Amino acid sequence: MVDQLRSTPTGGPNAGPGKGAPLVLQIKDLGVRYGDKAALTGVSLDIRENEIFGIIGPANAGKTSFLRAVNRMDEFDSHMHVSGEVLYHGDNIRNWRNPYAIRRRIGVVFPLPVGLPLSVYENVAFAPRIRGVNTKKDLDIIVERCLRRAALWDEVKDRLETLGSLLSGGQQQRLTIARALSQEPTILMLDEFSIAVDPVTTMRIEAVLKELKHEMTIILVTNLVQQANRLADRTALFLNGRCHEIGDTQALFSGHVQHPETKDYIEGRFG
Amino acid sequence: MFTATSLNERNDQVQRRFRLLFLVMTLLLVLPVLIILTLLVVRGAPAISLEFLLAYPKSGMTAGGIFPALLGTIFLVAMALLFSVPLGIAAAIYLSEYAPDNWLTRIINLAIINLAGVPSIVHALFGVGAFVIFFGFGTSILAASLTLAIMTLPVVIVATRESLQAVPQAFREACWALGATKWQTIRRIVLPNSISGILTGVILEVSRTAGETAPIMFTGAAFFLPFLPESVYDQTMALSLHLFVVATQVPDVPDHLPYGVALVLVGIVLIMNATSIGFRTYLRGKKKW
Repeated sequence: MVDQLRSTPTGGPNAGPGKGAPLVLQIKDLGVRYGDKAALTGVSLDIRENEIFGIIGPANAGKTSFLRAVNRMDEFDSHMHVSGEVLYHGDNIRNWRNPYAIRRRIGVVFPLPVGLPLSVYENVAFAPRIRGVNTKKDLDIIVERCLRRAALWDEVKDRLETLGSLLSGGQQQRLTIARALSQEPTILMLDEFSIAVDPVTTMRIEAVLKELKHEMTIILVTNLVQQANRLADRTALFLNGRCHEIGDTQALFSGHVQHPETKDYIEGRFG
Repeated sequence: MFTATSLNERNDQVQRRFRLLFLVMTLLLVLPVLIILTLLVVRGAPAISLEFLLAYPKSGMTAGGIFPALLGTIFLVAMALLFSVPLGIAAAIYLSEYAPDNWLTRIINLAIINLAGVPSIVHALFGVGAFVIFFGFGTSILAASLTLAIMTLPVVIVATRESLQAVPQAFREACWALGATKWQTIRRIVLPNSISGILTGVILEVSRTAGETAPIMFTGAAFFLPFLPESVYDQTMALSLHLFVVATQVPDVPDHLPYGVALVLVGIVLIMNATSIGFRTYLRGKKKW
């Protein structure tokens, strides 16, 4: 499957939607602060449908805060304050009365795989259950479909009743992806998913993401510059809580940058 | 290359000395417990019989059994729990899962910790003022149980909160990110994984309540009653007070009687603690991370 995807003929590996593609997210002057400490300031960018949008940058650049703000996770953290606008298909998500609906449309995968203390099956069935899917038949379908899409089905189909937390790290990370997919999100955000995963699993997940891109938009925060190069259609460099530069990944990685720092970061000279 | 230097040897010696010191301290700690238990069993065991447990005190409490006191203690503890457990667990869930981290929450937390440190005689006097007089319950099982409940409340809250906070925050965030509400997260993930700790805390608390004397002395426990209470508005006898009475207040009590009462009281506490440990072991076996 990996090879197949690699040899997709249309315009190189990272052929994404062109400039004309509809915008899924418009971020306008987004700021995040925790108490008095600003984590993110003045970030404005657009994210297009069916693209993989890479975000790279050193630690404390505000990458995770960005994801948390998009998902309205500040509601669970009284220290976190968000300013600016996040428009989802033109609607300001701040005005949505139902934040749970946002989190259904925008799924997140965290850096460290968190298998909920439930069985593999229940891990994936968790979100469908809380939104009211209750019949075994429907749940079976969702669980199998999500596990297949996360390239985990073949490994766990005979032990769906074992605890999710007993799977290996790489399997758990794919389980969290399957879990995020169980919401049928239109945007999937991944936060340094490969941090606790071996290189082989990382490649498998990367293949999964390339496939998922045809169905949804993916925001990929990564600490691996080359991962952004491999996957992202466009890449943004975050530095010191600001969006330093955005560009087509191929352009950025072939040296067409506006700021010298971007080139330095991409080439591993700092960060 | 791998021979020990004099510094290594000295470090080793020091560490051995400290280990010995800690071992001695531990033994010193165990010693009084052993002595007390041995003394109780040796002196109290002759008093214990089915009749002792199921008969009323006779001849001015110098003979007979402890039935009303035993029943009274069970009653008081059960009722105290009825009040303190739901209230305490609910408050702990609020404080741990919902309350924003601000000065008000911090003050409440501080108040709870301080409440746990209030001497039981102060709770007793509060019970007299609040339940016996103000609410007009009189000296009764109700007033005594409520006093005990108030006294155990902070410990139930603290134990529950600690069990809740032992559930990794990552589980909560994972659920929230999936669109679960706080309550859905609590009910499906947090509570099932903290219930063992909560139960353990509660049971340990019970055993402490069973032995308390001061809070019930003025609020509902009687010196002697020739009959069983008929409602929660009656007074009752209780083991702890009964022990105090037969040990110090009544002349000519045979030696084995107070030891017997003490043995029963300690026995109840030990049985409860053992249950709690068993519970914890059982539930921990089912723990899922």
